[in-house]
Amino acid sequence: MVARTVLDAQDIDRAIVRISHEIVESNHGTENLLLLGIPTRGVYLAERIAYSIQKNYPEFKQETSVGRLDVTMFRDDLASNPTKAVTATNIPTNDLSEITVVLVDDVLFSGRTVRAALDALVSYGRPKAVRLAVLVDRGHRELPIRADFVGKNLPTSTHERISVRLSESDGEQGVVIEQ
Amino acid sequence: MKHLLSINDLSKEAAIELLNLAVEMQQVNTRDIKKLPALTGRTVANLFFEDSTRTRISFELAARRLSADVINFSAKGSSVSKGESLKDTVQTLEAMGVEALIVRHNHSGAVNTIANSDWSKAVVINAGDGTHEHPTQALLDSLTIRQRVSGLDNKGDLSGLSVLVVGDILHSRVARSNLFLLRKLGATLAVCAPSTLIPSTIANYCDEVYFDFDEALSNRFDVVMMLRIQSERMNSAFMPNSSEYSFGWGLGDSRFSKLTKNTLVMHPGPMNRGLEISSKAADSNQSAILDQVTNGVAVRMAVLYKLLAQEKKND
Repeated sequence: MVARTVLDAQDIDRAIVRISHEIVESNHGTENLLLLGIPTRGVYLAERIAYSIQKNYPEFKQETSVGRLDVTMFRDDLASNPTKAVTATNIPTNDLSEITVVLVDDVLFSGRTVRAALDALVSYGRPKAVRLAVLVDRGHRELPIRADFVGKNLPTSTHERISVRLSESDGEQGVVIEQ
Repeated sequence: MKHLLSINDLSKEAAIELLNLAVEMQQVNTRDIKKLPALTGRTVANLFFEDSTRTRISFELAARRLSADVINFSAKGSSVSKGESLKDTVQTLEAMGVEALIVRHNHSGAVNTIANSDWSKAVVINAGDGTHEHPTQALLDSLTIRQRVSGLDNKGDLSGLSVLVVGDILHSRVARSNLFLLRKLGATLAVCAPSTLIPSTIANYCDEVYFDFDEALSNRFDVVMMLRIQSERMNSAFMPNSSEYSFGWGLGDSRFSKLTKNTLVMHPGPMNRGLEISSKAADSNQSAILDQVTNGVAVRMAVLYKLLAQEKKND
């Protein structure tokens, strides 16, 4: 298997800082902003983006502005795929009606995970708006979904594998294409 | 695991995984929109040959909260009263495309018979068979204990816990499933009942046996689990009369007041108030009886999800 590193540790850190600024810019500040990571790696990315926002905008409180959204039970391939374990969902607010939610995931591919996340989210309430932030957009969408904040656009072929490694889950950091 | 017929179908790890999944399901039950799409388009049937309130409603609610279609079948008012056999009943449901059969039957082993037959390809879940087992009740009891008894790992087993099970051990499928599961999860078990209501093989399933309730209560237990007196399965050879039973083995007001304040009181329901448990004990804040009912829905959602959504590839 040939593996090629497309983003190294510093590239990922810079992308996260840039995305955090873009999110605050498009939201006109940090008010009513909620970051929700999609397990597994989206959760770590959401926490890092939140950390980066808090560093620049101290009024942004990580404890109440970042959570996680498990989408396993909303997937459309439940019946045909052996599924992953269900993990916790934590949304640190009861009322989403004034909130802009930013969904965070590591790789945007077919768009089906995001579709499941949208369904999961509306079962909790009706957010004011929903945005999508991803570290890597690799193309090959199967649904009309696009990301608002992208770390890197990475044109790939469908037989390639994109592997995102983060220090929290993998002990090392980098985005690798394997074929 | 295709079916859930007995607690012995579950390894310790699988049981803990189900309890942890139930915790996530419980969270759904506290939201405004109490619904998940996981079993959309799947059909499950409640097949009840014996009366039930809690178990049937809770399975029905669990299936509906996962978006499954539910058929309720009870033997009363069906063709069973015209003499239709178990096999024909099951095959009729199979022919209509039912994918899961939740079965309660008054004969021990009837559920196993369905699962091990070639009558149906459906997943079979035991909702209580005769005096054999009632696995989802044991799971919801362990979930309740893990929530309510302090000092337990809320993602782990029940090691270090002491439980006293009191009452009709001989006829109780709830007791049997609970003894199996609690022991699997590492709890220390004691039982207490009149000698006529204790099975001869009890030493294989628990650590201590008491015939005197007051003697048992001279020890401290984290949980005291009362069982229903199953008058439908008994005659007068088992106990002289109900007031004598209540005097000797009921959790009355005076015995209840002697319990330490953090001992949890449980009862699987339906209760015979004044017989095996007094209203003071049942309605106190040491009682977990309504928590048990609440947790029943979450545990049954976890079981249905596990068997219907996660295990489909393996059949």
